Amino acid sequence: MTHSISVTVNGATRQAEVEPRQTLVDFLREQLGLTGTHVGCEHGVCGACSVLLDGEPIRSCLMFAVQTDGHEITTVEGLREEDGALGILQDSFWETHALQCGYCTPGMLIAGQDLLTRNPNPSDEEIREAIAGNLCRCTGYLQIVDAIRLAGARMRQAPEALGTEAGDV
Amino acid sequence: MKAAAFDYTRAESLDDVLDLLRREGDEARVIAGGQSLVAMMAMRLARPTHLIDINHVDALAGVAPAGHHVIIKACTRQTAAMASDSVRRDAPLLAAALPHVGHIQTRNRGTIGGSLAHGDPTAEILLTAIALGARVTLASTAGARELDITDFSIGAMETSIREDECLAEVHFPKPPAGLSVGAAVDEISPRAGDYAVIGAAAEIGLTEDGTCKHIRLGVSGAAPVPVLCAPTMEALMGTRLADSDIDEAAHLITPLLSPESDVQASAAYRLRVAPGMLARATKAARDRAKTHQERGAGSGAT
Repeated sequence: MTHSISVTVNGATRQAEVEPRQTLVDFLREQLGLTGTHVGCEHGVCGACSVLLDGEPIRSCLMFAVQTDGHEITTVEGLREEDGALGILQDSFWETHALQCGYCTPGMLIAGQDLLTRNPNPSDEEIREAIAGNLCRCTGYLQIVDAIRLAGARMRQAPEALGTEAGDV
Repeated sequence: MKAAAFDYTRAESLDDVLDLLRREGDEARVIAGGQSLVAMMAMRLARPTHLIDINHVDALAGVAPAGHHVIIKACTRQTAAMASDSVRRDAPLLAAALPHVGHIQTRNRGTIGGSLAHGDPTAEILLTAIALGARVTLASTAGARELDITDFSIGAMETSIREDECLAEVHFPKPPAGLSVGAAVDEISPRAGDYAVIGAAAEIGLTEDGTCKHIRLGVSGAAPVPVLCAPTMEALMGTRLADSDIDEAAHLITPLLSPESDVQASAAYRLRVAPGMLARATKAARDRAKTHQERGAGSGAT
């Protein structure tokens, strides 16, 4: 039996019929066409599917879509600027070459965005702890840490940038 | 890997939950944060035919001090417990344990009761509950019953919860008043937030002259359920907690341990490391208690 849900995704309210066993990540990708969020391990280990639920990072493979009725989701697509340009954190990943294959990147961006929203000036140790739940199989962690550090510095220079969608929810 | 099909009910009240559990029996499972259950369903290690979602049952979430205990409702998120002043003040060992539980993405969904009901032998919340001698309340249409944590958690991934019951509350004992209290949780894990190979928890209360008048110790990862380190507690009670006394007393736990080898570490390694981890956590808790004494504060976990 399917259930009707109403969920706000990247600011837009979406109505859908979902089977209970459909995970949030499969719902985002297959029903909403938001393929920025990646499916990695499907059992809560790799962090590639991280999204923000009511502003807090979660793993979208460990939540069923039916459970999100009435909630707000921000995916990696919601991190860009209103004009479609890359957000500060995304641009910093580009700048420091913080991705190789790109598989872990959406999860790393969500984890990094959450950290910088809570703590605009994190130490390297705090950055490493914030991404400890996200695996990069290219093992490019150093540049990812560099990217988050750079984004923090850029955001501190332009504090209004923290008022992006992810920062507001 | 996708979960097998199931029916889903979002429960609105505790009565809803208990009625459904009574009707559906062992085919139904309660889902709280789902951080272990959904993974097990994806791997088809769990195949419930009906999920009862308790995330919207207000009566099952929240933290409240009550007498000598802090009561944490089962569906309280781990991040909510971390942010609770009551937990920081009255359950300093739990406050010290929570940053080690999973990652921020899992703590935002994962709950205090869910972790206990799952029963992972290396879980820090279970370690804390056993070290402190916590009690749990199980609700059912037949009425509530209260159990010691050691009667609830009876094996690795095994609890004594009946199929018609829902874990409702966990009662963590407060440290005694009038002492300077320190708490520490330490563990060996490959990365921050990974499953611990060996974990140790210590809560200590000192009198003004530095004598130990309150001591609760536990070790995880070295037996099917975390171990209360009673012989070490007895040996150190009433002492000044000198480093050499702690090192010696920590070895008294060895006969209580029955570790197994797994992909992370051998049984021999666990057996060898456990007393050292216990000593390390005990010294850290003692040092924090002394710091609080010097500052004239009561307790704390940071």
